[in-house]
Amino acid sequence: MSETDVATEAHEDAPVASTALFGQAVLYPDRGAYLATVESLRDEGYCTATDLTVVDYLTHPGRSGLPGGVQPERFEVVVGLFDHARRERVRLRIQVPADDPTVPSLFDLFPGTEAMEREAWDLFGVSFEGHPDHSRILLPEDWVGHPLRKDEGIGAIPVQFKSASDRR
Amino acid sequence: MARVPILGDISGVLDEGLEGLEHNFVTARIEDLVKWSRARSCWPATFGLACCAIEMMATGAAHYDLARYGMEVFRASPRQADLMIVAGRVSQKMAPVLRQIYDQMMEPKWVISMGVCASSGGMFNNYAIVQGVDQVVPVDIYAPGCPPGPETLMHAILTLHDKILTGELTSRREQTGAGAGFDLADFPAPEPPAPEPEEAP
Amino acid sequence: MAAVRLDLGDDERVRRRDGSAVLRMTEVEAADLVLDPSDPVTGERADERMILNMGPAHPSTHGVLRLLLEMEGETVLRSKPIIGYLHTGMEKTGENLTFLQGPTNVTRMDYASPLFSELVFALATEQLLGIEVPERATWIRMLMCELNRVASHLLFQATNGMDLGAVSMMIYGWREREEVLRFFEKVTGLRMNHNYIRPGGVAADLSDGWQDDVRHLLDIIPPRLDEYEVLLNDQPIFRARLQGVGVLAPAEALALSATGPILRATGYDWDLRRDEPYLAYDRVDFDVVVGTCGDAFDRFAVRLEEIRQSLHIVEQILDLLPDGDYRTQDKKVTPPPRARIDESMEALIHHFKIFTEGFHVPEGEVYAAVESPRGELGCYLVSDGGPKPYRMHIRGPSFANLQTLPHLMHGRLVADAVAVISSVDPIMGEVDR
Repeated sequence: MSETDVATEAHEDAPVASTALFGQAVLYPDRGAYLATVESLRDEGYCTATDLTVVDYLTHPGRSGLPGGVQPERFEVVVGLFDHARRERVRLRIQVPADDPTVPSLFDLFPGTEAMEREAWDLFGVSFEGHPDHSRILLPEDWVGHPLRKDEGIGAIPVQFKSASDRR
Repeated sequence: MARVPILGDISGVLDEGLEGLEHNFVTARIEDLVKWSRARSCWPATFGLACCAIEMMATGAAHYDLARYGMEVFRASPRQADLMIVAGRVSQKMAPVLRQIYDQMMEPKWVISMGVCASSGGMFNNYAIVQGVDQVVPVDIYAPGCPPGPETLMHAILTLHDKILTGELTSRREQTGAGAGFDLADFPAPEPPAPEPEEAP
Repeated sequence: MAAVRLDLGDDERVRRRDGSAVLRMTEVEAADLVLDPSDPVTGERADERMILNMGPAHPSTHGVLRLLLEMEGETVLRSKPIIGYLHTGMEKTGENLTFLQGPTNVTRMDYASPLFSELVFALATEQLLGIEVPERATWIRMLMCELNRVASHLLFQATNGMDLGAVSMMIYGWREREEVLRFFEKVTGLRMNHNYIRPGGVAADLSDGWQDDVRHLLDIIPPRLDEYEVLLNDQPIFRARLQGVGVLAPAEALALSATGPILRATGYDWDLRRDEPYLAYDRVDFDVVVGTCGDAFDRFAVRLEEIRQSLHIVEQILDLLPDGDYRTQDKKVTPPPRARIDESMEALIHHFKIFTEGFHVPEGEVYAAVESPRGELGCYLVSDGGPKPYRMHIRGPSFANLQTLPHLMHGRLVADAVAVISSVDPIMGEVDR
């Protein structure tokens, strides 16, 4: 990709790979450094977490844009942070393996991610350790499965068209 | 001077005595009167779900003025409502709630399925949406559109009024056994306490 | 911009933690809980505590929001919004529609301001495609979006009044909204769910005589806003129902990811239109409306004034809207004109391919955000190089804003809970998606 500028930025604790896609800064911390990275970013001035979601790369494993040294995994937790003072956004993409889909919860750093993490668990089955209310949010509580995973179908039902009654 | 709308001045109506009965009174079946009054004060339950709910509220508001049909009173309690306008997509999570509200409504009751999502799932044929609210409750009128404009909803309502007046809906329910499943035969009238002989009507 | 303290304070954090978790406990577990003595109303009367269910079919919950309220007498202690009753699976459906069909899907999310969802999806797709949109299309988008903001805030004025018992306000708000919708119907063909803003431009040029229609709107709406002020702002009951109810501090709003009028009502000066300009917002003049104390009245007043600011922008667009094309001439995303189809086989095939298979979008991932009437509306798109998005995620502002509800209701009366829900103005279609 021509607009991808791959660079490695030395962070205080551990080196975190970063790229800039379409002028948007992206960091790739691994799971162990995830909380520490977010915390240092928060202390830098990223004052609000705008978004948290998950992408399931099951059928598109060879995604482009990953810098060297980052091992692609099936799930990717995507977190968006916003520094209002400098008007800068940063996006974090955390690789989460399919056999152990857990990441630490951001609740203590950014309480606003509470509903988003529940949604990510509900739709993708990625669990967040330390979340105060780790439960389904959008689907019924007795639902089986996580519908936005790529190995789940869209769940379409053929519509049965009925004829109108003869008596009108 | 006594004036009645449409009829005009009726102050001299009794002057003719008994002979006036022939042209001053209209006879009708009590059943027709009941149907007429049901059709003219059909109170909907507030059951707004999605986009269609906005159009339903717009229909009740200033420009389209649902009050013309005696329907501006959207009742919050299902027990006071005669008509459920299912306005919007029904999710799998909402379907049991919808059925419960329908069961709480008193007979006679009617259902309008407003919009394609409620009627057939619309463009959302996926895991989350019930493909047609008629799988949950019996539907009397389907209003097409995404969302149906206020004119479409009013057409659906007028069609429903016609059907209430002709009694077609209630007779069809009796045939198919649809509705809430109540049959008057299941609730026999209590035995009269006094054994006084009565004349047959 | 003043630095904002991020810490919520220990007690706040504990309360939120309880607020989301405790209502799932069994009664035995809940009875064992030690009550927080610093709570304003907890005392010895713990036996009066009850859990009340509100919704999902309730006239004051704006659709299908359901709330569990833990109450002591009339006072709300903890509350928990339960959502998902309108979950439509739109993100899954979005993966099965092409980029050209995508706006039909997202426009049904926020049905009070559908054009913004279309706009953010189109902006994200255009970033991935790397195409430029003609000037005229950009300005048409701005015009339509600002009018949509007016319609959406008028809807808020109507429902807010209705929830507080000012039922006549409901009639007035809808009266003005109909005027805007009439213009939308003329331009886009639909009153709602327009599918008007598409990747590459807009679906159609503005209708003939649109200037007169817009000037008509500019003439009739401001005097009616003045009437609202007389009717609502000058009314002691209305003020008493809203002032001091549901107070939020800027730091709390930021920590809870709240955006839009809720954040601005706290006095925090933040608007993506000015601070992260998209479209041509850097070329028009408008004020960012902020409140002072962050209560429900400020949220109401901010929205009322934002209608005026939007009309001010529309007024400038009337003069500035350039001539030109209303969609890009990039052959990749725009079908050939109708006349070419009759004479050229290639054009016919091209037309057919765009509408059946769709155009291919280069691989990549992108996040775009706009300021919708409810806050930051974001779209995260991942493309695998095919004609359909690999992942389409919408960051709904109402979804994040709803998290402020337990915070805003704490220690207030149940009647205030209705005012709080109304002032947050959630659109459940966007919350549940």
